[in-house]
Amino acid sequence: MRRFLTSKGLIGIVLVGVIVLVALLAPLFVSNELANKMFMTARLKGPSLAHPLGTDQLGRDLLFRVMLGSQTSLMIAASAVVTSLVLGLPIGLISGYFRGLTDNVLMRLVDTLLAFPALLLALTISAMLGPNLQNTIIAIGVAFTPYLARIVRGEALRVVQMPYVEAARASGTNDLKMIVRHILPNIMPQIIVQSTISLAFAILAEAGLSFLGLGTQPPNSSWGLMIQTSRDYLDRAPWTALVPGAAVALTVLGLNMFGDVLRDVLDPRAK
Amino acid sequence: MDAPVIDRNAADAVSPLVSVERLRVEFETDSGPVVGVENVSFTIKPGETVCVVGESGSGKSVTSLSLMRLVEFGGGRITEGALRFARPNGEVIDIVATDPEQMRAIRGNEIGMIFQEPMTSLNPVFTIERQLVDGLMVHKRMGREAARQRALELLREVRIPEPERRLKQYPHELSGGMRQRVVIAMAIACEPRLLIADEPTTALDVTIQAEILALIDRLKREIGMAVLFITHDMAVVAQMADRVVVMYRGNVVEEGAVEDIFERPREDYTRALLAAVPRLGSMRGKPAPEPMPILNQGAALPAEAAAPAATPTPEGSRAVLLEVKHLTARFPVKGGPLRFTIANVHAVEDVSFSVRIGETLALVGESGCGKSTTGRSILRLVDATSGEVTLDGWDIRRLSPSDLRKARRDMQMVFQDPFASLNPYRRLRDQVAEPLVNFGLARGSELDDRVALLFDRVELPREFLRRFPHELSGGQRQRVAIARALATNPKLIIADEAVSALDVSVRAQILNLMMELQRELGVSFLFISHDMAVVERVSHRIGVMYLGRIVEMGSRAAVFEDPRHAYTRQLLAAVPIADPRQRHLRDDQDYRPIASPVFPVGHTPPASEYDEVAPDHFVLRETQA
Repeated sequence: MRRFLTSKGLIGIVLVGVIVLVALLAPLFVSNELANKMFMTARLKGPSLAHPLGTDQLGRDLLFRVMLGSQTSLMIAASAVVTSLVLGLPIGLISGYFRGLTDNVLMRLVDTLLAFPALLLALTISAMLGPNLQNTIIAIGVAFTPYLARIVRGEALRVVQMPYVEAARASGTNDLKMIVRHILPNIMPQIIVQSTISLAFAILAEAGLSFLGLGTQPPNSSWGLMIQTSRDYLDRAPWTALVPGAAVALTVLGLNMFGDVLRDVLDPRAK
Repeated sequence: MDAPVIDRNAADAVSPLVSVERLRVEFETDSGPVVGVENVSFTIKPGETVCVVGESGSGKSVTSLSLMRLVEFGGGRITEGALRFARPNGEVIDIVATDPEQMRAIRGNEIGMIFQEPMTSLNPVFTIERQLVDGLMVHKRMGREAARQRALELLREVRIPEPERRLKQYPHELSGGMRQRVVIAMAIACEPRLLIADEPTTALDVTIQAEILALIDRLKREIGMAVLFITHDMAVVAQMADRVVVMYRGNVVEEGAVEDIFERPREDYTRALLAAVPRLGSMRGKPAPEPMPILNQGAALPAEAAAPAATPTPEGSRAVLLEVKHLTARFPVKGGPLRFTIANVHAVEDVSFSVRIGETLALVGESGCGKSTTGRSILRLVDATSGEVTLDGWDIRRLSPSDLRKARRDMQMVFQDPFASLNPYRRLRDQVAEPLVNFGLARGSELDDRVALLFDRVELPREFLRRFPHELSGGQRQRVAIARALATNPKLIIADEAVSALDVSVRAQILNLMMELQRELGVSFLFISHDMAVVERVSHRIGVMYLGRIVEMGSRAAVFEDPRHAYTRQLLAAVPIADPRQRHLRDDQDYRPIASPVFPVGHTPPASEYDEVAPDHFVLRETQA
């Protein structure tokens, strides 16, 4: 456990902890109603005592909105990463473990998806399915799958040739057991690290999709949507973009740091 | 700033070139400083070879790295002591207090170094010429053309054939032995006064080791440089050393002239180390494998008392357990944009042998000779191209996947690297239990009992059941691997270099354990090894492999005492003997590169035909090899 207590680990934990806490506890403090309440006299006002982070063009309190937005952003990002794990993990494991023709077929499919930039792919899927919460998750999840599958396959290829896998095969271990007991645990640290980093990218992707109008739809609030609506007022009220922008940046930074430290902690050799 | 000048009478012929005084090196770790070596003192005289010998963790490499002040790059710190070094101008400096600037002038120039792994100590993206010439231009301030001439000269000096062509090649185009020669050429390029060789032959085959040892010895005599030779191998020490420093856990145990160390060791640890070294020829006239003498906690027990009785020779009439007939394994080499098969590696070529019940057959040969592929083909961990493998009635190569699983109950494998052959994420109990669970041989409390008994069997404490592999030492891990192999009560265990990665004292224990298991359980071993001395100890019969074929096969006595094939003789001649009075590696050996096993598609090599030179002693007909 001591390995968490590096400066990097502490910053990562604090950042991620605070953001997750905010997302979980936001409904206790901020109702939808409050976040959408318009203070008509205080439109596009900078930070003040009444509105610590300022207000947007409709006079809505940015602190409330960014708190509520964290819920949508994190939920979409986490669900998208889980989706990509559900799809990418089996593809990567099967490819790396069985190799040969199976690998070739699966990897050419993955390569086809990889040929599109992730965001463009997410955009296309979202546009095809129609923008709503569930489809945003699917779009980001599918867009991230080929990257995860590639990483899982690479790691599986490395582990498959370890002598302990041969030893297990010589001991009569069947394919399923081999994958679950020998391959998966040995690539888990890499998957977890990759997932935390994917989480950071998924938050960015959600922000991007919402910014382009294909993600979260008003009146729901998400960080990307907030940045999008702030666009027209950047010259007069830069904080309207800075507040959600900073939230995205801090979350991504925290997740990356957390992921790095998590890798060290998960190694049984480090216990 | 000049280094502190301590002594100016280095011109005196007997004054040492290097004098290590009370050296102490600490390493900074998470849990505070750890002492790497302490109170280490010894001297090296000009033109002398001093061997520092010890097992892993003894601090021998830390000592040599300190002399180059390279230990600091590995997180170490010299906290005490002095390293006095006599420079060519007669000045004696303390390397510990020398500033980095001057250290760079000394490194590679006055002190040369050779590392263990010849592949990683050459930069793969530069030609041999570039790597040699750069050092000369920096240290000797030579012009490019002069440096090139000198580089050519150096390659000739280390006896590299076709030196002009080699200069233009990249490291990957050279064989391991050639690469080590280039590394040596680089190390001696500036005519250093001291050459530090850190396990320079450990990664090499035995015939190549013999060449490199002879080369270092000749260069030492011709250039008159001193050599600090780091090794774990007592036989190499006997061949190379003028004086020996024995290290154990960061301390010097004993220091003395090589004859004294080998013939009159004063310390128990030195005696134990010597006892654990298998000596080629020590089994002469003995009918069966015999356990190694092991000296425990300094109590020098006589070998007969310490060692359990010898493994009896299986009678000639004993039933055959494993029969391998005309086994051939080829692997395709793919090339071109469409990845067509352009050639085949003939890893195993028409190999036939049999293993009887309770017998150990050793397959011995150098890297790339196909011995491991043969072992793995028998287990069907790789699929052979053709041939027949019969184990106790099972036609292994034609079994369906489900029958193959059943057949694998009867044959198990122990691998070379004990750090890679156990899954780092599973508890030892689960790993040893795995074969029992797979074959449904036990469950519940019976399973626990059987796993515990297996741990007893390989003499591991039961507390280890719940541990993870990284908590164990190499020898303990290899015991776990053996326990796992024993779990299904197999009839055959294939031991693929199973003791090669272990320290000598641990290796002796593991070998004895294997022999004991054979005596008590009647299990047969296919013992795959490159180490002739170990093979002589453990096997009843031996097959010598070269380029995918068995070139000679017979009883241990026949192969070792009456070798008939040229390659067997070459192999035996190259084994260093652990006796400083029998130095046979003095002169450069003939360089005979092993031919390539890669043949074009469609190439059909002739079948192996053997002459029976004596009963049960077969030699490959020469026209074949």
